[in-house]
Amino acid sequence: MIFNIVRKELKSLFSSPMGWVILALLQFVFGTFFLIGVDQYFQTMSGAMRPEQRIGITAFVGQNVFGIASFVMLFAVPLLSMRLISEERRQQTLTFLFSAPLSITEIVIGKFLGLVGFLSIIIVFMAAMVSSMNLWTNVDFGYILSNVLGLWLLVASFSALGIYVSSLTHQPVVAGIITFVALFALLILDHFLAGDPTSTMAYLSLMRHFEPFSRGLLDTRDFAYFILFIITFLTLTIRRLDADRLRG
Amino acid sequence: MSTVTVEASHLTRIYGGREAVSDVSFNLNKGEVLGFLGPNGAGKSTTMKMITGNLAPSAGSIKICGIDMIENPKEAKALIGYLPETPPLYRELTVDEYLAVAARLHGVKGAQVKKSIERAKERCGLTEMSKRLIENLSKGYQQRVGIAQAIIHNPMVVILDEPTVGLDPIQIRDIRALIKELGGEHSVILSTHILPEVEMVCDHVQIIHLGKLVFSGGIDVLKQQRRGNRLLVGLNNPPAAEALLAIEGVAAVEQVSPGLLRVRYNEGQSPAEALVHAAVSNGWGLHQINHDQTSLEDVFVQLTYQEAAEQAS
Repeated sequence: MIFNIVRKELKSLFSSPMGWVILALLQFVFGTFFLIGVDQYFQTMSGAMRPEQRIGITAFVGQNVFGIASFVMLFAVPLLSMRLISEERRQQTLTFLFSAPLSITEIVIGKFLGLVGFLSIIIVFMAAMVSSMNLWTNVDFGYILSNVLGLWLLVASFSALGIYVSSLTHQPVVAGIITFVALFALLILDHFLAGDPTSTMAYLSLMRHFEPFSRGLLDTRDFAYFILFIITFLTLTIRRLDADRLRG
Repeated sequence: MSTVTVEASHLTRIYGGREAVSDVSFNLNKGEVLGFLGPNGAGKSTTMKMITGNLAPSAGSIKICGIDMIENPKEAKALIGYLPETPPLYRELTVDEYLAVAARLHGVKGAQVKKSIERAKERCGLTEMSKRLIENLSKGYQQRVGIAQAIIHNPMVVILDEPTVGLDPIQIRDIRALIKELGGEHSVILSTHILPEVEMVCDHVQIIHLGKLVFSGGIDVLKQQRRGNRLLVGLNNPPAAEALLAIEGVAAVEQVSPGLLRVRYNEGQSPAEALVHAAVSNGWGLHQINHDQTSLEDVFVQLTYQEAAEQAS
């Protein structure tokens, strides 16, 4: 049943130009950064005399591509997530889902997985792009995997927040703006509190938990943080939609 | 094996302290068409939302074929097809794509999906629109897609909220025929403002006013209400009222317009024949004689008014 919702979400993403345009644009941006990364590697490395200055190509290019990805997704995810529930509310199609033999949990999880599934396509393309360097050199697959995993958890968290905000309003644009501002605030939270490394507030920053992944470090604490973040916002969304049914 | 498909008991819904629907109970049997009538804001749509599980009732219970909507919403919802006031359409999809989504969400199995789409399209006259985007369809066709969506999984109960709004007369006729046809194997609940429609398609009528059920019964009862003891008589040379009152059974005469009189008579004593005789022999110039039927609208107003008057007293 969840699968049917996922399928429906992907179908409506791909039946409007929105899905294709975002897919193409993001691929263009990441492709460009990949190219620049490869190009700059030789320049930078030929200038690096001491061995400790030299870093592997995977880390160098990966940083370039995945670093920009976390930033670009900040714009892309709100654009995609804003429509998820608010648009259905506005077009009054939410009734269609509520009348079908589905629980609200299934609807929300289905929509979440649909969006994450779409974003996974982008991430898979990115991973394939970076891995393609393996044709000429030895690529550090562990590093790529950890980056992919980190980015994936990051966009999944973005999506969960996006869905929740979308469920609060009738206006997709309002949902998009609020999601963007909220995500932006969460990302740069640790910049504001950089002076105090033990601050609890800074610990909530998404970037702080993404950063170890981008260094190739898998930490259960960061996993737990992302998973809890996702579960929290999905639960809030379910509760919000359930309130629709109860309070009308 | 009981044939009761919808069992609503003591449904109440409170919106911010105001009872939008209060204590509405009814049963619907298999193969019946139930018409839901009421002025705007009477609580028709609210009741329908509760029956379909879109809104939780503040009190009372709903059973669909014996399955409780609140305890087992999934099983109960699987037996219902629902067309809300605004058809819930994904405008970016084509008719076929949309119906496929609807079929799958309602638990139609893979191989059956195609078949059920074809069947639904055929019943709603959408066969030529298969590949069109819903966005580009006219309002009437969108409404049909909405109905197709509601019947795609062959549900036990079909609930249609104002299904004929925005359709042209021919489409309205088609949809009414479809509703009648659905009534054969499914139970249908439909709400509408159009009173003759109720008379045409429904077996049972419920009139709801200010959240309360003011009338519930067979369509025959409602039809009977329309028959007043009145005749409409057209005379070219009308005599004085006394001459008419002299005819046996005539209780009162009033003039509707020059040459047109409304004659009230006592129950069971239709003076039609005597009137015709008198008119011929006295040269009144009879050109019309007819039962003066109260329009359904009047009955409706009467029923809704009655209740208001009772409440006031």
